[in-house]
Amino acid sequence: MTEQLAPSVEELARVDELTTRFPEVVTPDTRKGYEGYIVRPENLIEVATYIRDEMGYDFLANLCGVDYLPENKMEVVYNVFRTTGGRGLTFKVQTPRDSSSVPSLTPVYPGADFQERETWDLLGIRFEGHPDLRRILMWEGFNGHPLRKDWREPFFEEEGKPFKSRWPEGHVYRIEDKNPFANNVAYPEGFDPDQWEPENDARLYESLRRSVKELYSDLDTEIIMVNMGPQHPSTHGVFRIAVALDGETVLALKPVMGYLHRNHEKIGERNTFLQNMPFTDRLDYLSSMSNNFGYALAVEKLMGVKPPERAEYLRVIMAELTRISNHIFAIGMFLNDLGAYFTPALYAIEERELILDIFEAVSGSRMMCNYFRFGGVARDLPEGVYDKIYKLVYDRLPRRIDELDLYLTNNEIVRSRTEGVGVLTPEQAIAFSEAGPVLRASGVPYDIRRADPYSIYDRFDFDVAVRYHGDTYDRYLIRIDEMRQSIRILQQAVRDLPEGPIQEGKPQYQVRVPAGEAYGRVEGPKGELGYYVVSNGKPNPWRYHVRAPSFINLNAYETMCVGNKIADVVAILGSIDIVLGETDR
Amino acid sequence: MSDMKQENINSTHYDIPLELQNQVAITTLDKIYNWGRRSSVWPLMFGLACCAIEMICTAASRYDLARFGMEIMRPSPRQADLMIVSGTVTKKMIPQIVRLYNQMPEPKYVLAMGACASGGGPFKEGYNVVSGVDRYVPVDVYVPGCPPTPQALLHGLITLQRKIDAQSIKDVRWYRKGEIAEIPIPVYGPDLIDPRQIEIIKQQTRQQPAAEQMEAASAEAQA
Repeated sequence: MTEQLAPSVEELARVDELTTRFPEVVTPDTRKGYEGYIVRPENLIEVATYIRDEMGYDFLANLCGVDYLPENKMEVVYNVFRTTGGRGLTFKVQTPRDSSSVPSLTPVYPGADFQERETWDLLGIRFEGHPDLRRILMWEGFNGHPLRKDWREPFFEEEGKPFKSRWPEGHVYRIEDKNPFANNVAYPEGFDPDQWEPENDARLYESLRRSVKELYSDLDTEIIMVNMGPQHPSTHGVFRIAVALDGETVLALKPVMGYLHRNHEKIGERNTFLQNMPFTDRLDYLSSMSNNFGYALAVEKLMGVKPPERAEYLRVIMAELTRISNHIFAIGMFLNDLGAYFTPALYAIEERELILDIFEAVSGSRMMCNYFRFGGVARDLPEGVYDKIYKLVYDRLPRRIDELDLYLTNNEIVRSRTEGVGVLTPEQAIAFSEAGPVLRASGVPYDIRRADPYSIYDRFDFDVAVRYHGDTYDRYLIRIDEMRQSIRILQQAVRDLPEGPIQEGKPQYQVRVPAGEAYGRVEGPKGELGYYVVSNGKPNPWRYHVRAPSFINLNAYETMCVGNKIADVVAILGSIDIVLGETDR
Repeated sequence: MSDMKQENINSTHYDIPLELQNQVAITTLDKIYNWGRRSSVWPLMFGLACCAIEMICTAASRYDLARFGMEIMRPSPRQADLMIVSGTVTKKMIPQIVRLYNQMPEPKYVLAMGACASGGGPFKEGYNVVSGVDRYVPVDVYVPGCPPTPQALLHGLITLQRKIDAQSIKDVRWYRKGEIAEIPIPVYGPDLIDPRQIEIIKQQTRQQPAAEQMEAASAEAQA
């Protein structure tokens, strides 16, 4: 990790390029442990357009706000990458805290849409020029912006863990006893419930109508508004879709999220660094090992440690097994959405159970593995597990993937329901910041394991799976391709697994993380899973942000659905493969 | 099923003539009523979070919920008997959960699956998290775990069956006179408003400015 931090010749040249092109507008970020540039807000769009068009950073991976309360300012951080590969570029804008507002980047990077709405919702940074700046995770009318450092939740105890009351000399109490309502609620002073008018989604429907008008301004037809979810068998959890229909044809569609918003980031900023590890399991609960991986990489980048060889191999084995178990489950559930009610899913779950057995053996839990540590992994393989993995990846899984392929891929109904449905062009996919299988099914061969290799992925021989039509069928096929590539990686990793220690240094409960920022990212099963961590040298992270692929992939959902039939909305959602724990965090 | 063995059915202390013994069964109304209900509990197809995945695994072939007559998950609350609250209950979701509960016909049961649904779990301190679904709907069985393994969920369902076995048709609430009151649906306010707490909310939000005025008044008096 440490050698990667040193700037290369190319990067030094780049410093010159941006600062000489925009003198006084762009300045290098000189804070210790920080990288990238600070851009003046007035010139943000101009600079971003230059970065995208002239420098080739066409993929906006991450956008998040940071509240620097002591300096009384807000900062918005943009991490951009090239879809042709290589390291990224970070640029930031700063704005005063009390009237925080920056120009919206949606005209340059349409993928900024949801992330800007999230930043507005949770941090209260207004994005001027955003076409539809509504709250996204909390409801309209919620009091305050929760991720601001001076906003306190009703069950607030202390700024950071471990809480004093939990130490031996402390007095343990129930937090309910300290709240006047004995419940997790707080109301502003002078609030009168009799006078309160709930918003009732008025702004959501207004936004839907606006989208319809933009498309069909001259058409006078009866438009039906339909709500699917949050309790609906085909929305993969508590996800809600508001659709405007003309007959059966979708005119406009707005995803509504936040029904599983578990305040991951607020809790994460109260936790110590290591305490966040089990919380990352619960983000994308179908692939907890991958989530661990991304977070471990981000914090290791800050700490400057590197895990030993065996740990690296174990990490890759677990991450690839996770990818297979996730994709096989996704395919099962996708077929469910097409109407093959639970038969393919049962086959898929059977294989997934075998992988879960391995996870249970190494980590003690089937789903919530909490297996990675900074600079290693928690436990070595118990006796007999190596043989189990060996048999699985050399014998059973390849056969079962072929079987799945044989039964499903050329099925008449699957093909007629999915071919040509929900098409996303490569340009659109990049613009909307789609990642993972959705991006690669649109013909963009962008896989972080290849484009910007982390861990030991540069040692393995595998192909980046890519399909070119960008329709629902290709998004199904790409998962089969990716499972086959994962098997290839697994076979090599299992074959070469070296002996040795599994943890760099001693295992510690409390790690020392130097001040600075880091963006760590992995190619998760759903796409680019990134963690943006800011440390100020204290035991708790100052900012902890998750770039959730399921959330950002939904940016293109409306584009994919408009013009299709209402039944295809379900199929397209299944092909994006979202997990609500990650979408809402 | 143990109750329906021939010996059990025939051990009601009535003399059954020998020639009728394989054709007539005598049992109590409670027993046959509860046996029917406990063997066909239809859960609501309703997943909230991580626990829902373990619920799906429980329904799949390895753990096979069908052994208990519970494999028919209904997406409509009107056809469901059991609500498995599988995952974190958030403030944004609780109005829908209460509405679903109100829409389920009696007899209905609620099983809180996992730490979050039982008491908030690891996310309890979060500003959007309800610390336990039992603050709004009555819960019959709590299943601990994060997430509970399929075995734990099965154990919870067997516990529910025992609970059903112990009920008597004489005093179950759905055969009593009068309507069963619906649970008032919470409202999205500046924070979640529970209609049952409106009086306390008024008191609290009114008291604060009043207390400040008094402080200010006393400060003036001192000056």
